[in-house]
Amino acid sequence: MHPALSVIIFTIASGAGYGLLALLAVFAALDLLPEDSAMGLCATALALTLITGGLLCSTAHLGHPERAWRAVSQWRTSWLSREALFAILTYIPAGLFFLGWAFPGTLEFNWKAWGLLAAVMALVTVYCTGKIYASLKTIRQWHDGRVVPVYILIGLLGGALLMAFMSAVFDVYTQEFNWVVLALAVLTGIMKLTYWRSLDENPATSTSGTATGLGGGTEKVRLLDAPNTSENFVMREMGFRIARKHSTKLRQIALTTLFALPVLLALGGSMIEGQSGSIVLTLAALISGGIGTVVERWLFFAEAKHVVTLYYGAEAA
Amino acid sequence: MTSLPTAPSATKLGLVIDLDICVGCHACAVNCKEWNSGGHSAPMTDWNPYSGTESQDGEDAGAWGVWFNRVHTFEVGEGAESNTVHFPRSCLHCEEPACVTVCPTGASYKREEDGIVLVNPDTCIGCKLCSWACPYGAREYDHTDGVMKKCTLCVDKIYNENLEEIDRVPACVSTCPVSARHFGDLGDPTSEVSILVKERQGYDLMPEMGYKPTNKYLPPRARRDRGGEGGAPTSLAALAAQAQSEASPGSAGAGGALLRWVDTVLSR
Repeated sequence: MHPALSVIIFTIASGAGYGLLALLAVFAALDLLPEDSAMGLCATALALTLITGGLLCSTAHLGHPERAWRAVSQWRTSWLSREALFAILTYIPAGLFFLGWAFPGTLEFNWKAWGLLAAVMALVTVYCTGKIYASLKTIRQWHDGRVVPVYILIGLLGGALLMAFMSAVFDVYTQEFNWVVLALAVLTGIMKLTYWRSLDENPATSTSGTATGLGGGTEKVRLLDAPNTSENFVMREMGFRIARKHSTKLRQIALTTLFALPVLLALGGSMIEGQSGSIVLTLAALISGGIGTVVERWLFFAEAKHVVTLYYGAEAA
Repeated sequence: MTSLPTAPSATKLGLVIDLDICVGCHACAVNCKEWNSGGHSAPMTDWNPYSGTESQDGEDAGAWGVWFNRVHTFEVGEGAESNTVHFPRSCLHCEEPACVTVCPTGASYKREEDGIVLVNPDTCIGCKLCSWACPYGAREYDHTDGVMKKCTLCVDKIYNENLEEIDRVPACVSTCPVSARHFGDLGDPTSEVSILVKERQGYDLMPEMGYKPTNKYLPPRARRDRGGEGGAPTSLAALAAQAQSEASPGSAGAGGALLRWVDTVLSR
């Protein structure tokens, strides 16, 4: 599948934004975030900015962005529609949670409870994002039970890395921020490793034989002549391929930057003291995780092989 | 509404494509483009029709205009025993089309009355998700209009009372010079197309996807090698070897010697 930049930016930015929002709400509810610090306000603002920026970016790949509002209408059947709907609805509790930080001690309602509702809805939104891909039977690499958990975990991990860095900047860094990064990085790494193993072990079920119904399942069916002399939309959108040796290398880069380095840096963070040290370590983990997320998301598209390629020369997909 | 009709429609209009007959002339694809340039999903735009190379056109390299129907050619088997099969591919108007249910806006829909799958170009946002959901590559994005387009089964032709009744079939069917394409109601077991499918063991493409395509394909008939009974060679291989030995210089007496001499002189 063609890795569209706008979709990659959207899923990464909004995913991390929703993850940050969810973790902030949980930390606030557990009284792990000091209410007299500007950290809560700034971090919640950052989460909402990332979410909004990502959502706006996602409209860039639409042919008619001005009609995007129509996308909330088909929630009965469409995961994309459900994602759009939950993305919008999440703003209500998230906005009330934000007000709690903006006007500390003056609000009549329980804004931390609204924060927890925002956390649940944020995770439901990311769940819907993952489901858009996981529900497509046409792409074996996406039609996998691990795709949705990976989307949620990477969103949360991005949020945890952001939250740890901001807590260091605002000098409210405690070991809890560290443990969350550590736990999420380990979980995500395990989930991603089992996902890649499942891709490598499960053979393709559709072939050029089943796509054309020719050859009786035994004979070789090979594309002799394509219907067009140059690339068409289907080939451009669905025919993107990545060499196996590159994907192996990129998987290693993703594993190192997204999981191994943040784990090591978090372990290091648990041993040092002082604000400048924790800023350096959490910033390094954030940058490393950011690079890793881009590589992972790009690979998620590049490694996905659509069955329509069977009509354009592929023999199995 | 992207929810599918609650009960499958009784009428299932669709195509039956005979792979035994198709000669791969692409006339169906061309006439499809011609009719639909003025039809329900008009215009069928051409993006970059006189495409250059990537260095000339950059991102736009490739003539990726919209076609609803494309003809592929496959080789089945290997070597001397292989068959060449021409394979027209268009929307199969599935009974359970995922392209419809994934649509976030309701622009994609399956008609209750005849099962035709259509796109409303006024509400499509051009998110392309339906093209990801379709295993058959039936949906193509119109880069100029910013919406998704697909085969309409010539919905504006098959019900058109201004046309003679014989012409109320999809453009690809009326233009096929060898009658490899048939149109009819596959929901009616007594229709001509249903009988044809039954007699010729018509089949679904990629049944493992579970989308229950309406269109059916008729398999190429088995190779016929009964020619020997009428005195014809059963294989051309022996004939080719014979022709080669007869044509080789030196085998045809004085004439051959003369030609060999001419060949030697001219080769100097």
